[in-house]
Amino acid sequence: MNRVLYARRRITNNVFLILSLMAAAIGLGWLTLILSTLVTNGAVGFSFRIFTEITKSSGSNGGLANAIGGSLIMTSIAVVVGTPIGIMDGTYLAEYGRDRLSAFLVRFVNDILLSAPSILIGLFVYEVLVPRMGHFSGIAGAAALAVIVIPVVVRTTENMLLLVPNTLREAAAALGSPRSHIIRSVTWRAARAGIVTGALLAIARISGETAPLLFTAFGNNGWVSGLTGLNSPMASLPLVIYNDALSPSDDLHQLAWEGALLITLAVLTLSIVARFFESRRY
Amino acid sequence: MVDAALSENLAATSRGAALRRFGRSDLRFRFFTGSAALLVVVIFAGLIATLVVGAWPAIKAFGFDFLVTSSWNPVTERFGAFPAIYGTVVSSAIAMLIALPIGIGIAIFLTELCPRSLKRPIGIAIELLAGIPSIVYGIWGLFVFVPYFQQTIQPRIIDAFANVPILSTLFAGPPFGVGIFTASLILSIMILPFISAVTRDVFETVPHTLKEAAYAIGCTTWEVMWNVVLPYSRSGVVGGAMLALGRALGETMAVTFVIGNAHHINSSLFSAGTTISATIASEFTEALGTLYIPALIELGLVLFGITFIVLAIAQLMLYRLNRLAGGGSK
Repeated sequence: MNRVLYARRRITNNVFLILSLMAAAIGLGWLTLILSTLVTNGAVGFSFRIFTEITKSSGSNGGLANAIGGSLIMTSIAVVVGTPIGIMDGTYLAEYGRDRLSAFLVRFVNDILLSAPSILIGLFVYEVLVPRMGHFSGIAGAAALAVIVIPVVVRTTENMLLLVPNTLREAAAALGSPRSHIIRSVTWRAARAGIVTGALLAIARISGETAPLLFTAFGNNGWVSGLTGLNSPMASLPLVIYNDALSPSDDLHQLAWEGALLITLAVLTLSIVARFFESRRY
Repeated sequence: MVDAALSENLAATSRGAALRRFGRSDLRFRFFTGSAALLVVVIFAGLIATLVVGAWPAIKAFGFDFLVTSSWNPVTERFGAFPAIYGTVVSSAIAMLIALPIGIGIAIFLTELCPRSLKRPIGIAIELLAGIPSIVYGIWGLFVFVPYFQQTIQPRIIDAFANVPILSTLFAGPPFGVGIFTASLILSIMILPFISAVTRDVFETVPHTLKEAAYAIGCTTWEVMWNVVLPYSRSGVVGGAMLALGRALGETMAVTFVIGNAHHINSSLFSAGTTISATIASEFTEALGTLYIPALIELGLVLFGITFIVLAIAQLMLYRLNRLAGGGSK
């Protein structure tokens, strides 16, 4: 009787192990497939003209220079605006809030914003900015991206500050330092690598965002530069991919693949660098 | 640095003035961090408020009917959200049905089966894949998956199920390539790395002593997973799944490319449909007239409502697990 029981348990176990092995094979295989088609399709016609020429409204032989430029500008503004706010907020949660009700509320709202559909952020910024300005603009696009940056930075900053041992804070407090000094010169310093990770992850996250830019930055086939450029519709890499992929032209499809490869490489590089910083955390 | 600041201050002024200055700088710092925290709440409230204000004309014009009627006619300005809500819920549900077992399988593989030397590389690979922008999945779906699916897989499925009662309706032809089922498949691939990464993290919160104790009394790997790991981490797994569901519900770009963008409900999963986010993405910039934009914003409000409920449950579940696992170690 025991033998039957043992056999049954062994069989159940083996079936289960095989199933989970299959799950891993299917999942990883499929994702590898996607990445390899992306690389082959994107690398086929890859040439440096995509960095030197701008997008054309129709036809062939355009580049992606204005889209890359627009993405860089809007991403930079969003990070410069969003990161300090996120760091301060995360500091409040980790250093002052901890178990307070207000901190629970902020944490909850922040975590909802972190996973809220990004197209809703686009609608929100559209409603607030676009009718008032009278047109789509790079500034509106950057604002939408900044709203996405903040929750990402808050989450990592809080997590990283909570990893700093309390003994460090207590040692600084025993020397008579005021709280703001302790935070700025002890805990922030100890968690520095982690905070950088948060900013890098935020850049990785927004550099591929398309939905929030559809009706804020809108896209533009010309060069826009400088401060006046921010006041007009602005091109961005994900937007160009979206429009080109939906166009009937094969050349534009090819351009979309190249743009997608470019974004994926950028995002993967950023995530790998972020992991490197994270591994050096306190 | 603190010492230097302190002694400098003491040298320049009296001890009391230095302490007052420290007190003021403390207050200022606290005020700044507190306002940053408040700003997030303000953004959140502003998001809800602008959606309600923007949608108000449509809410007034259509009332509750908006949620249950199916006509979507920009010319006569009759708008009903039902096909979009249906498409959102059905495509996400099917995506979860496919991705959840595979995602949990991968997490189990990573925590219990994988050779130690492969554990980190595969784990990192999955985390990296979770960060790939959805538009990449979108164009892969449009250019690679849809043609193959239309020419090779769909006709076979349609033939195979032609005489099976329920399945013949669900998988009825003709094979378009695009459609609700295609969107579900792309969504499931997209949320797969996310589910695996979250579930693996959750499994790793299970104390080793618990698992070792179970192995020590002779449990098999399956019995340890089923009777020890899953019960301990249940709320985290549910939370992770809900987070993934929230993603699938709000996913825009990957879906817009492959769902066909048609405002009707068909009993066949192979027919074209639409989701809330796909409708907003593809129609918003071209919307004219007094009620078209408010109707689209009201769709956004509905999406916000659905995802808020899902994400709120997810967060509460994950907080519960953290309390269990943290146990006051903060």
